[in-house]
Amino acid sequence: MKTILTYIKPYRLRMVLGFCIKVLATLSELVLPIILSHILKEVVVTQDIYQILFWGAMMILFSAAACVLNIIANRMATLVARNFSEHIRKDLFSATLHLSAAQTDRFTIPSLESRITTDTYNVHHFVAMIQRLGVRAPILLVGGIAITLFMDAYLSLAMLAVLPFIFVTVFFISRKGVPLYARVQKAVDGMIRVVREDVMGIRVIKALSKEEYEHKRYDDVNAALAHNEQKAGVIMSAVNPIMTLLMNGGIIAVISLSASRVANHQSDPETVIAFMQYFTQISMAMMTLSRMFVMYTKSAASAKRIGEVLDSPTELPVLAEAEHPPVNTEAHVCFDSVSFSYLGKLNDLEDISFSLPHGGSLGIIGATGSGKTTLIKLLLRFYDVGSGCVRISGRDVRTIPKEELYGDLGIAMQHDFLYADTVEENIRFGRDLSHEQIVRAARIAQADDFISAFPEGYGHMLSQKGTNVSGGQKQRILIARALAADPSILILDDSSSALDYKTDANLRTALQKEMADTTLITVAQRVSSVKGCDLILVLDEGRIIGMGDHEHLLETCTEYREISNSQMGGAFVE
Amino acid sequence: MNRGGFGGGPRANNPNRNAPGQKLDKRTARSVFLRLSGYVLRQWPLFLLAVAFTLTSNQLSLMGPEFSGNALDAIAAEGGVDFPTVWENVRWMILCYVASAVLSYALAVIMILLTRRIVYGMRRQLFEKLTTLPVSYFDTHAVGDIISRISYDIDTVNSSLSHDLVQVMSSVYAVVGSFLFMLRISPPMILVFAVTLPISIVFTRYRSKKVRPLFHKRSHKLGELNGYAEEMLSGCRTIQAYGKEEVICGRFNARNKDAMDAYYNAEYYGATLGPSINFINNLSISLIMIFGGILYMFSQSGAVAATSMFFITLGGVSKFVQYSRKFSGPINEFANIMHEFQSAFSAAERVFRILDEEPELKDAPDAKAPESVRGDVTFTDVHFGYSPEKEILHGVSVTADAGKTVAVVGPTGAGKTTIINLLMRFYDPNSGSIRIDGQEIRSLPRRDLRAAFTMVLQDTWLFHGTIRENIVYGREDATDEEIRAAAKAAKIDSYIMHLPEGYDTLLSDDGVNISKGQRQLITIARAFLSKAPMLILDEATSNVDSRTEIKIQEAMADLMRGRTCFVIAHRLSTIQNADCILVLQDGRITEQGNHEQLLSLGGFYSTLYHSQFQ
Repeated sequence: MKTILTYIKPYRLRMVLGFCIKVLATLSELVLPIILSHILKEVVVTQDIYQILFWGAMMILFSAAACVLNIIANRMATLVARNFSEHIRKDLFSATLHLSAAQTDRFTIPSLESRITTDTYNVHHFVAMIQRLGVRAPILLVGGIAITLFMDAYLSLAMLAVLPFIFVTVFFISRKGVPLYARVQKAVDGMIRVVREDVMGIRVIKALSKEEYEHKRYDDVNAALAHNEQKAGVIMSAVNPIMTLLMNGGIIAVISLSASRVANHQSDPETVIAFMQYFTQISMAMMTLSRMFVMYTKSAASAKRIGEVLDSPTELPVLAEAEHPPVNTEAHVCFDSVSFSYLGKLNDLEDISFSLPHGGSLGIIGATGSGKTTLIKLLLRFYDVGSGCVRISGRDVRTIPKEELYGDLGIAMQHDFLYADTVEENIRFGRDLSHEQIVRAARIAQADDFISAFPEGYGHMLSQKGTNVSGGQKQRILIARALAADPSILILDDSSSALDYKTDANLRTALQKEMADTTLITVAQRVSSVKGCDLILVLDEGRIIGMGDHEHLLETCTEYREISNSQMGGAFVE
Repeated sequence: MNRGGFGGGPRANNPNRNAPGQKLDKRTARSVFLRLSGYVLRQWPLFLLAVAFTLTSNQLSLMGPEFSGNALDAIAAEGGVDFPTVWENVRWMILCYVASAVLSYALAVIMILLTRRIVYGMRRQLFEKLTTLPVSYFDTHAVGDIISRISYDIDTVNSSLSHDLVQVMSSVYAVVGSFLFMLRISPPMILVFAVTLPISIVFTRYRSKKVRPLFHKRSHKLGELNGYAEEMLSGCRTIQAYGKEEVICGRFNARNKDAMDAYYNAEYYGATLGPSINFINNLSISLIMIFGGILYMFSQSGAVAATSMFFITLGGVSKFVQYSRKFSGPINEFANIMHEFQSAFSAAERVFRILDEEPELKDAPDAKAPESVRGDVTFTDVHFGYSPEKEILHGVSVTADAGKTVAVVGPTGAGKTTIINLLMRFYDPNSGSIRIDGQEIRSLPRRDLRAAFTMVLQDTWLFHGTIRENIVYGREDATDEEIRAAAKAAKIDSYIMHLPEGYDTLLSDDGVNISKGQRQLITIARAFLSKAPMLILDEATSNVDSRTEIKIQEAMADLMRGRTCFVIAHRLSTIQNADCILVLQDGRITEQGNHEQLLSLGGFYSTLYHSQFQ
């Protein structure tokens, strides 16, 4: 809740004003039953029609005032909620994007997503509702109780006795209901999973004629879902009947007690009628308060989850050069006995050392899980090394400010991301690049031909995740993005695996010709993608098991030779 | 969408998707209504019970104010409080309210049972229908869309049936009932509603015309914003690597502002709803007080005879106020309920649309299972296109003798995967014929045709279940020894044995972290179990890293031995040993022969082959 308070603070004056208006509105509503009782008690006996008309008009006047004031207050509340949630969502999104890789791993992407979507919505909803109901309900409740106490303390105590029961009922049943609905949600997930699996695997299912088996599998999850829904429903639907019964019980109590009180002249029938009016209001307020309580628990949990992200400490600060002094070296990229572990237990990379001159090319090859991508992540400083040191032009990457570090790098990652926008914008990626630069990059990346073949050319809209282009086309767009800004270091992390031989070869030729000064790092599974590199690292389980150029490795490294022989061409066609 | 392994299929598009809440035309709405009623009426005993309970419990809660009014009249009686009458009415009130509470709870439970049966049945029907649909349906409909119909749409129907149905019944009853009660108490006072009812109606129209579209826009914009956030988060590494956090935040903020403006706009008008409804209710009560007060005054003074319709007691006024609440409440809610019904109808319509899809063609009536399949396959002048306008294969003829390996090579979109789609009868050719052992495949029962093949696809399909269940999927009668032998052959046995649960390890999204390559090995193990005489490999080792591939090459050779194989591969080692290589370009076979023959031909194949040595 602390998070919410911080973000509400700028709007506190407006909120106070809104509260005041709301209080006036609520008081106007509270006056209505008083007038009603007054008409019945005092006015009618005067036998004066004008008096009745006057007091009736007063009732309408107060109703209208309540209506107008409520609308004004609601609108003010809406504005506060609007600004509040725009602000918090903006900060949350920005904080999320600035999390370090290790922090993102800890939170996990789906969880971060739901914090931005569901949790901000919950908090927003709460801020909006608390302003509307948070004033009205307590005033109706407290005001109603005060007035009834004043009118007839005895009767009102009888009535008040019902209220705790209402609260307890709502509280306990909702408490019981929440886990039940969690279980329903889980059952829904289970059901959806089977449908998704079967739609994805329809060819396998049909090929094996497993329709009956799948019917059975689906029936299990479907029945479980129906069962859970029924269980939750049966419990939750008890709330309304019980509450109605309790409220009606209060009315019955008031009537029964008032009979003897009227007989003893301690009370009068007119008061009882007004009493019933108040009672309806009070119980409504009670229900609202219980609902708000449930809402509060929900949004407090959400606020906590948002706060966790907002309060995440900045990781990976830029370190002082004094402590990690730069060295004078010819090398552009240099790893100096680097070891690293994701979880701090087993090393994922161990004792990696190599150095690469300006304009040189490096190939990294190895099985899945051998640490190729981890090495790249360290170069990009997504994580900090465990021991050793990564240098670019002699400077420790930990001492280079982010903008400077990334300003000079171009990278196309494995499973990199394309988004719903034009091809041109996907290549430009928010940078200040001219159309000519984009086209040049696409040409080098062997992408210009197919892009130009689109009816809208570079204005062709990609769908989310680029599902409307083939795997090979996707990779070429990503490579074009990587080299568009003419970086001094270009990293291609397994990003030409879907290209056919010819295209891959053309790409390498073009890179050599057009970007001769660029230092190139290629990560690949295919020997053919790296064999032209000046230096090739063969990784296995986080260690370098071979280093040198293609010919040298063929002679000295058994694994490399095996891979090379087996591939004899790797991907033959796209 | 099943795009992964079958690049040759048509693109996903679903122009038929209705936006939720969209209005149906009258005739469709009518037929949907009738069909939906069918589902309800099939549960007629529960439904009748529900109707009876609804009416009774409403009648009881309507009678409540009657008794409390009577009690008040007895309290206010002329010569002091009339205790016996008071107690009698209090007893009736207790009875009434308790019975009403019990009944309404019973009603809720009945409705839950009723809808549970309907929804369970509907989901089951929908799913079973899905499995009879041709593969083309899944190639042209997004998986998200299908899922949203089986979950979200059916849920909408469910909540509408369980909640709105009762609501409508009791609203109508409450409105009519309280109207009659008020009429009995004081006909002239009904005139009050001649003032407030038109206001209600005008207000309701305003709400549905002006406010509801704004709320639609609001949810739409919020959905867009959330979609954008999710999309960008999936690329947060890349955004950081390019240092473009601020640019992306800027774009997010623009959408955020848009969404919040839409929210504010909707709520700005929406903020009038609650207070206005309250005002209309309070106005009715004020008018009742004025009018009722005057009538009561005359009744007291004797100006109106006790038998006249203008006569009213104090309890009468009180009852009238209470009934007026019961009367105007549902009327204000009515527009809302109608709207709910509308979205339920369009949801139901989307569900029915799947139920009405054409299933896979039935097997020919004279289809006969072959005794045994040797595995001679011939394609004769096969023409095919996924849509009538666009032919993909233009007259393909192939002959594959039993036990031989045929490799298909060609650029993306040439129709490699299409050949397999036709072979398995996921699609039927437009013209030409495909024969197995000389028999046209359309004259075979699908089940037997498909059982003659075993497939390993690039798209490694495993389901949520144990490793064992996933391996035996192809042949449920396999013994434990056979399962392990298959896993050993696929070089995955030792990995599985290292897992704490071994073969009983649950493959789930959040459970064991099993790599793509290992998943593929499991599907290869599944294929090893099969005894089918023909084998289809569609880039079967594309996810396996090179060193493991070397290890399973021998096993793959075993798998292929003695079987007719169709191979789509991009690794040369697999292709060059094939008995016959087909080069497929633009839907035609342009080159055909073994590796040496094609190289000496000097065409597409040899260009490709030589490009790797450049």
